[in-house]
Amino acid sequence: MIKIHLRLLIFMCSFSLFAQDYFPSNSGVIANNTNYTALTNAKIHVSASEVIDNGTLLIKEGKVISVGKSVSIPKNTTTIDLEGKEIYPSFIDIYTSFGVKKPKRATGNLPQYEASRSGFYWNDHIMPEQDVMASFKYDDKAASEMHKLGFGVVNTHMPDGIVRGTGALIALNNNADNSMRVIDGETAQHLSFSKSVASRQSYPSSLMGSMALLRQMYNDAKWYADGNVDTRDLSLEALNGNKNLLQIFEANGRANVMRADKVGDQFNIQYTIVGGGDEYERIDEIKSTNATLILPIDFQLAYDVDNAFLAKTLSLSDMRAWNQEPHNPRILSENGVTYALTTHGLKSKKSFKDNLMKAIESGLSKQKALEALTTVPAQLLGKSNELGTLKAGSYANFLITSGDIFDKKTKLYENWVQGTPHFITDMAIKDIDGDYNFKLAGKLYQLKISGSSSKPSAKLVSGKNELGTKMSYKNDWVTMTFKTADTTKTEFIRIVASPSSGKSLSGKATMPNGNDYSFYASSEVKSANAEGEKGKKGENGKTKDAYMSPVTYPNMAYGFTENPKAETILFKNATIWTNEGDGVLENSDLLIKDGKIAKVGKDLNARNAKVIDASGKHITAGIIDEHSHIGAVSINEGGHNSSAEVTIEDVLDDEDIDIYRNLAGGVTSIQILHGSANPIGGRSAIIKLKWGESVENLVYDNSPKFIKFALGENVKQSRSRFNVRFPQSRMGVEQVYMDYFSRAKAYDELKKSGKPYRKDTEMEVLAEILNKERFISCHSYVQSEINMLMKVAEKFDFNINTFTHILEGYKVADKMKAHGVGGSTFSDWWAYKYEVNDAIPYNAAIMHKVGVVTAINSDDAEMSRRLNQEAAKSIKYGGVSEEDALKFVTLNPAKLLHLDERVGSIKVGKDADVVLWSDHPLSVYAKAEKTIIEGVTYFDIEKDKQMRETIKKEKSTLVNMMLQDKNKGLKTQPVRKKEKVLLHCDSMDFNTTEK
Amino acid sequence: MKTFKNINLVLILLCFSFSYAQQTPAKDQAMDFAIVGATAHIGNGTVIDNSLIIVSNGKITRVLDNSQPNAVTLQAMDIIDAKGKHVYPGFIVANGTLGLVEVDAVKASNDLSELGTFNPHIRSIIAYNAESKIVESMRPNGVLLGQVVPRSGRITGTSSVVQYDAWNWEDAAIKTDNGLHVNWPNSFSRGRWWLGEDPGLKPNKNYSKQVKELDNYFKEAKSYNNGSTKDVHLPFEGMAGVFDGTKRLYISANDEKGITDAVNFAKSHGISNITIVGAYEAGNMTEFLKQNNISVFLRRVHTRPNAEDDDYDLPFKLAKKLVDAGVLVALEPSGQMERMNSRNLPFYAGTTVAYGLTKEQAVQLITENPAKILGIDDMYGTLEEGKSATLFISEGDALDMRTNKVMHAFIDGRKLSLETHQTELWQRYAKKYGVED
Repeated sequence: MIKIHLRLLIFMCSFSLFAQDYFPSNSGVIANNTNYTALTNAKIHVSASEVIDNGTLLIKEGKVISVGKSVSIPKNTTTIDLEGKEIYPSFIDIYTSFGVKKPKRATGNLPQYEASRSGFYWNDHIMPEQDVMASFKYDDKAASEMHKLGFGVVNTHMPDGIVRGTGALIALNNNADNSMRVIDGETAQHLSFSKSVASRQSYPSSLMGSMALLRQMYNDAKWYADGNVDTRDLSLEALNGNKNLLQIFEANGRANVMRADKVGDQFNIQYTIVGGGDEYERIDEIKSTNATLILPIDFQLAYDVDNAFLAKTLSLSDMRAWNQEPHNPRILSENGVTYALTTHGLKSKKSFKDNLMKAIESGLSKQKALEALTTVPAQLLGKSNELGTLKAGSYANFLITSGDIFDKKTKLYENWVQGTPHFITDMAIKDIDGDYNFKLAGKLYQLKISGSSSKPSAKLVSGKNELGTKMSYKNDWVTMTFKTADTTKTEFIRIVASPSSGKSLSGKATMPNGNDYSFYASSEVKSANAEGEKGKKGENGKTKDAYMSPVTYPNMAYGFTENPKAETILFKNATIWTNEGDGVLENSDLLIKDGKIAKVGKDLNARNAKVIDASGKHITAGIIDEHSHIGAVSINEGGHNSSAEVTIEDVLDDEDIDIYRNLAGGVTSIQILHGSANPIGGRSAIIKLKWGESVENLVYDNSPKFIKFALGENVKQSRSRFNVRFPQSRMGVEQVYMDYFSRAKAYDELKKSGKPYRKDTEMEVLAEILNKERFISCHSYVQSEINMLMKVAEKFDFNINTFTHILEGYKVADKMKAHGVGGSTFSDWWAYKYEVNDAIPYNAAIMHKVGVVTAINSDDAEMSRRLNQEAAKSIKYGGVSEEDALKFVTLNPAKLLHLDERVGSIKVGKDADVVLWSDHPLSVYAKAEKTIIEGVTYFDIEKDKQMRETIKKEKSTLVNMMLQDKNKGLKTQPVRKKEKVLLHCDSMDFNTTEK
Repeated sequence: MKTFKNINLVLILLCFSFSYAQQTPAKDQAMDFAIVGATAHIGNGTVIDNSLIIVSNGKITRVLDNSQPNAVTLQAMDIIDAKGKHVYPGFIVANGTLGLVEVDAVKASNDLSELGTFNPHIRSIIAYNAESKIVESMRPNGVLLGQVVPRSGRITGTSSVVQYDAWNWEDAAIKTDNGLHVNWPNSFSRGRWWLGEDPGLKPNKNYSKQVKELDNYFKEAKSYNNGSTKDVHLPFEGMAGVFDGTKRLYISANDEKGITDAVNFAKSHGISNITIVGAYEAGNMTEFLKQNNISVFLRRVHTRPNAEDDDYDLPFKLAKKLVDAGVLVALEPSGQMERMNSRNLPFYAGTTVAYGLTKEQAVQLITENPAKILGIDDMYGTLEEGKSATLFISEGDALDMRTNKVMHAFIDGRKLSLETHQTELWQRYAKKYGVED
């Protein structure tokens, strides 16, 4: 220990004087240490791509003076000989909250809709003015932990809020103060989708709300910068001031990486994005962002699958995540994506090295790994000349190791930061693991030492007896106490010895009677043994490499290994429900080609077509669900009573199993509506269920523009304990519309006048409605409110497009017809709340017979997969004809969605979105056998059967691998049961802000 | 005060809107009648294509194949010509909650749950609202009988079986207090997020403890009922029927482990009248169920699979798997919007046909099988001579929404009104627009 302290002292002296020469001193004389330190004879990794064997690193005052093979060493130099050791630039963690305490969660009862602050932006979660240094407190303990992992510099920030303000770059120099350690007090501006816990302001309550808020904030910042605002907004001033900093966005997963990038692109900002480890799942997409990533390596532990009952509930996607995520860094590198690695996300920082090794075992090159920990973050932070390499002029931030830093067995001896060493493992300590023999008082002993570099232990055998032994190995001395072989007595022999070169121990032994003997133990078989072990480990590594589960699209059960392609298909002898003037054609053929319906008729032929015998089977247009909430991770933005600025297109989910299940029910298109929390909801996403495609390919090309409105109990928060948000009654609901449309009208007029105006997404969207470019689908129940909304629309000279739910539509069907609005309703739901007291299953029939374009929708992931049966109920309830009933879920919703030119019937030239049914398509006995979208078979009942087998096989392979991990003694985690929350209109459950 | 006012408002509205009474219950059968020529789905798996059914004094007196010569004279009775039509025993809602809640979102109308973990003394029949507008909406779909089950706690309480055309709960009751219901502990539980735990589903650490508590409760109840103490313990008294065999034990369990443990638990207490409710994973353990003679109330057919990896049609085809293995299965409707959706019971059965069962087997799932399990098969569940004339005539196949059009329905021979709050509104507005059929 003395040795260490001595050296520490030397360096402390040199530092306390650094950089503070204008500070008065009352503790002694001011004396600057301007000596040099030379580290010689080491293998020096000057950078990730440059190595000098047997080189010298010369440093002074915390900086590198020179590095090379022949460095001239001034006289006032302290030299440290590092023969056989290696020097690396120390690591940089660009994404931490080192030394920063997260604020306390705000508490309170009533919902809070307004901001808590004034003089700042209207939303508490936007805090670009926040300076991390205001709450920074250097944390020695955390720094020491980071030293052990090899980090010398961290970028820190306040991990709270949507815009989090500026971060700072801190050198982990435990022997200096902040004047030295703070390399840069304003490095990057930090952003995320998550709200601040310090404010209870409701908005935004959803992921799409966060996205909309960021966009509005950028618009407002520009408006402010252009001098259009008379009052003060310190947030926007700070935001504009931070513009040229690195912008780091915490996304935590590939889907959010895409979302963050999308927001950035709209304002010409290229965020550097913190990923989630699953980016490999859609690598082409990630690549297309051109973003540099910051990658966590918080790989999953194997699940504990001993209990087969419990293990059964593990989903393939969770199992794959365990198996595949270690490959993420490699795959990103192979695809040319640049990234920095971070400890962010690790539950225990200690697992960093293990996980890094896993990534390397999974094929990540060591050079890339080193770049990701040194030069990449340095470059991102604009500090390439000072950090990340050991070139002259850089900070003397480096690691001294026993060998290759990316080898499991390598020891990290010292972590130097700004020329200050932090001692991790005593360099003097040798690896003395091995088998030794020695003779003492005529007896032969066999000694086995293991774990000498970390937790040394010894096993001692004499003859047939194993002797209880205690040993320690410190400061290059072994002390060992063991019981004598005489079991009748409790007597001990003590040994003190030090290892010498040539793998032997020499010193003295003290017998129970006090006699001392000289002690000498020699090792013979040690190296052979060690090699043997090493070889075995290598093999293990390989067996692990051997199996990586295939990545499918989406990467879960029933995903496609390769996305299916459009085919030319000829169906023969089917009953074809055209939904057109031809009606139902018996024994007819259908040709689909190039994604379109090519021919309908009898005795068709086509070359190169895949011919499918459809005798006894039925073909209909694909089912269209006007009201769905599947395929999205967020449904309601309930933070404001109007949320026209949000759009479901921002929050699509391409790995929702309900997309596949809906396909299996013959559904091909859906409108994903915003929920019903607000009178003015958010914009819709209208998608085709192209299972396997990425979210942007799901959305219709030139999609018609829709927005959700809502009336009644949900928007007036009838079941809330609080009466604080306007409106609380149907009377108030009308006034919300009057207010917003009046303002939108004024906005639009100003915009059209060519005068400057503040760009407001919400107003833009509402103006689209006034200009008949966007259509309303309005959640509605009772006749009074239905009537009201039509009157409001008429006042502003537009029409409501669709009333959805519309359970009392039958009471005002004549008025609806006169207004020209369609109705999309449930077949038979009622009694779930007070306002559906008069809901009747005859509703669709009455509306239809009065002449309203009528559809049956689901609002439910379960019902949507049998929407054909729901349509059939209108035959029972109200005597609708079979053909018309089928149109309720095909052509009519297509009309309501302004898509009837493209889909909804079987007509030459329309999209080939068709379903092959085993039976009469309105019968409870019908099963969808093939569901085809634009000529691509996305669901095939036969292929589904094969996939079930594949899933089973893959899962058992992975279970076996997990069992192997457990048997190897690796840590496991309890199994978890993956859930997919069923989202409805009134689902307010999703909240990205509460992680 | 504001909230208080609103509650009052809701109450007033409720009183107002519920003041339309249910359709008046039908009078006792006065005259014999015969249903001639219908396809009779007997309910026991058999079918008579051209049948003759005679009903007298509320009972079925004859069920004949009308295509064969017979000596029956159809005199002094009403003749219902049902050629081309279909006749079925009244469908039975097992594990239902009709009559306990009127409007889901209106707490004042909800009598589904009671405080407490062990509630064997809680009796559902007391709260059964015979005049529920939801109950009356069952009849036009052929759903005529059902179990009324309380739903909260580990032991949720005691159920009864009712018919859906009555003046009050007493008249409605067919069997009173003949089932005891247990929610088996979950194998998985959620982390307490408010304590910073992962809110996801993890293996339930308290599982053994919860099973033990239940086990102790049963032991204590048994001791109590064996003794002659004068200190009345109402909950323990509610358990008596389970031990003397007059109450069936219904245990809700969905996973394999839970089902296995539940069955072994019941057996260890010497209880043999048991039914597993839910039984999502029962498809993997048909042998076990068969060997132990366990009947199943199978969870709602129209549901989504529990897990992402499960076959998309697992809930649809489960009935087939169990029936093929010889397990006695009835369908149950619990879940979201279960009461109003109970009228879709025939279509739940229809779906099991698309996924493998025969139509007659599917009919059994909602007629004979639930009647057997509910202990009402002496009178209900099949179209057999000597049984109650609780049946309906549909224009077509009643398991298919396309063709389920109930023309006549009878409970104990009483001819039911098929009008409802909903049909009245339909007629009123169809007339308004002149779009009546």
